[in-house]
Amino acid sequence: MHGNSDNILSAIRVEKGFPGTKALDKVDFHLRRGEVHALLGENGAGKSTLIKCLTGAYRRDGGSILLDGAEVDPRDTFDAQRLGIGTVYQEVNLLPNLTVAENLFLGRQPCRFGMTDTRTMNRKARELLAEYELDLDVTRDLASYSVAIQQVVAIARAVDLSGKVLILDEPTASLDAHEVAMLFRIVRRLKARGLGIIFITHFLEQVYEISDRITVLRNGQLVGTRETAELDRRELIAMMIGRELAAEIQSRHTPADEGRLRYRFRNYGRRGRIDPFDLDVRAGEVVGIAGLLGSGRTETAEVLFGAYRADSGTAEIDGRAVELSSPRAAIRQKFGFCPEDRKTAGIVGDLSVRENIVLALQARRGWTRPISRAEQNRLADHYIRALDIRTADREKPIKLLSGGNQQKAILARWLATEPEFLILDEPTRGIDVGAHAEIVRLIESLREKGMSLIVISSEIEELVAYSTRVVVLRDRAHVAELSGDRITAHEIVEAIAAATQGRAS
Amino acid sequence: MTATVKTYLGRLLPQLIVLAAIVFAISMVFPGFLNLQIQNGRLYGSLIDILNRGAPVVLLAIGMTVVIATKGIDLSVGAVMAICGAVAASLITSGHSLLETLFATLAVGILCGIWNGFLVAVLDIQPIIATLVLMVAGRGIAQLITEGAILTFNDAGLIFVGSGSFGWLPMPVVIWLVFGVLVALLVRQTALGMLIEAIGVNRQASTLSGVLTPVLLVAAYVLSGLCAAIAGIIAAADIKGADANNAGLWLELDAILAVVVGGTSLLGGRFSIAASVLGAIIIQAINTGILLSGFPPEFNLIIKAAIIVFILVLQSPRFRSAFTFLQIPRAAGKPTEREAK
Repeated sequence: MHGNSDNILSAIRVEKGFPGTKALDKVDFHLRRGEVHALLGENGAGKSTLIKCLTGAYRRDGGSILLDGAEVDPRDTFDAQRLGIGTVYQEVNLLPNLTVAENLFLGRQPCRFGMTDTRTMNRKARELLAEYELDLDVTRDLASYSVAIQQVVAIARAVDLSGKVLILDEPTASLDAHEVAMLFRIVRRLKARGLGIIFITHFLEQVYEISDRITVLRNGQLVGTRETAELDRRELIAMMIGRELAAEIQSRHTPADEGRLRYRFRNYGRRGRIDPFDLDVRAGEVVGIAGLLGSGRTETAEVLFGAYRADSGTAEIDGRAVELSSPRAAIRQKFGFCPEDRKTAGIVGDLSVRENIVLALQARRGWTRPISRAEQNRLADHYIRALDIRTADREKPIKLLSGGNQQKAILARWLATEPEFLILDEPTRGIDVGAHAEIVRLIESLREKGMSLIVISSEIEELVAYSTRVVVLRDRAHVAELSGDRITAHEIVEAIAAATQGRAS
Repeated sequence: MTATVKTYLGRLLPQLIVLAAIVFAISMVFPGFLNLQIQNGRLYGSLIDILNRGAPVVLLAIGMTVVIATKGIDLSVGAVMAICGAVAASLITSGHSLLETLFATLAVGILCGIWNGFLVAVLDIQPIIATLVLMVAGRGIAQLITEGAILTFNDAGLIFVGSGSFGWLPMPVVIWLVFGVLVALLVRQTALGMLIEAIGVNRQASTLSGVLTPVLLVAAYVLSGLCAAIAGIIAAADIKGADANNAGLWLELDAILAVVVGGTSLLGGRFSIAASVLGAIIIQAINTGILLSGFPPEFNLIIKAAIIVFILVLQSPRFRSAFTFLQIPRAAGKPTEREAK
């Protein structure tokens, strides 16, 4: 037990209930001065609820919150900010159409004669950002900078306003490795200044890189708080998702490719999106697609599915030429496609889980042949059970589900059409460890049933686990293909790097 | 079965309550309001009058509902009414048969819908701008057809559409009832309703799921054009002439209002034809009620606006969440705002 004086922020036996569920069940959480404390758990474990109770976005039902040893009761996020608790969210909640300086000083602009003193504001903004190793033109719109820079501006604003506790809610979700490194340098610097930092993420490597301690929540309850250095990864996953699933993730094998060749793309491509490529896919095969962001991974998927029509090359299925001119045409050939951006291209938010699941099947049958309500219910119930989609009932609007469950519902949408060729673009992005393991397991079982899959993923370890072949992309071109024993994380990274050099010379 | 009836009523309950309240209020001010009598084998009374006068807006609201469900809007319906009225009048006066006239007029309405749908679905122009084109140009086209004058006719068959009766009910009421039921059955007994809602909520996701998005979008505007054509025929038949300047003037706004009062979101998605029809009747009841109650006519529009603001406040999410304790608790997780099949 640590002395109370160490703790800058403590939550003691905090409770919060929603109709039908107990979102937080007497959770204790202690944040020390000058530490980075990772808060982990599956989606729905209670992380966001705890944060919202700490920042006053929710009123807790019970328990107390101590800041610097004194009991506080933030009424709303402004109140929390005033007390010293600042929060930065994954989606930067600043105003992209204002300048950097205006964003930093919004609501507290330095004034002279009742007018905003722009010159002073800009100078102060430059000084403030200098502490973060940033030398920006603060008079430019925030939107003209990358998400990473915007993230840092949001942090600078939060720290400047609050200055005791900084909560980072999945700040790295849309950053690349280089940007993450920059963000972490800043986090370490703030830590050295004595701030308490709460860090929420799905990326376990980052947890090990940056955090001092880890607190794990599951189903609204505290599983435990540990020193990061003393907790190995396997044990951490076990804490987050329970023992059985954890074992499953560890024991995977790479299968050999035996199936017959079914899909044959030759010189396939579309100008301006993806250079022409050759691709063969067998039955019962998972072709992984690796590459950096913007390397043409998604473009490859879109051209295969007909979302963008190919302007060169041929496609053959079982030796018969086919025209994949539109998603409908591809679906007729028993293709399915789970897009990368679940929110804008995947879910139909206001419609129910049931309607989302039957949508593709209904679209293929045409509007004149409606699927009866009884059959819709049967399909929805079947997939809700088979994929363990956690929802109160099948009529709940899908937008109210967590990311992992939305992803499973979209997978169900395609499985309901009994596809033979399934393209998954980042199927595990932004979802919790439990759902992640289930989706990986699903990919394997679909492959075993003889389906052909193309899976795009940024997580190279994951590709290694389920791919029978890996295609490496760079600069919108297919540059290498790995198979058999060569599918290792090391080889894939080498291939990406080698391709880089090859192109550069 | 009873469960679906219950969710259906649940969806329409706010509109039914508002309508009942307005009818009650008018009957307080104007005691003879609820009287119905049969003369010459036909029902007469203020209530029937509301249903009859409201026919054009009800019809426009039916088409508008489907367009709005796709996250669109059709500003051209008033102008299309004028075009179709003009077409009907000029065809019938130039000696075409009633059947030819009606079919040709409906075809013109469909053509207007195809034009709007083409702009929205194929050229990807924002619906409000795309339909504004025909809204502005439409009256000009109508004036060209009528050659600037009010084109009168006295074909008994065409006049019957506007002022005849079928059974005990005036013809316009019969037309919108039958048409409304047909459209509601069409969208709910097939998969059209769900696919249209899917497009309205997320067009991109629907297209990627294989929904034939452009065709359905055009179909929605075609339905709207068809509704406007029927409304245009009724309006022309009612005054026995085509008035290119005033037929359907501002009715597109009443139709949009009817859809909103009916509780369909302008952001697209979930829709209910029946609720929009009720919305249109509510608006007509307000119009008739103000006239009957004897207020000076210059107050009409302001009173109407005040009542509508009140109805919209009742429907606003903020007001609802502030007064949730007034609502009857329902089973957890059961959706309350859905269209039943």
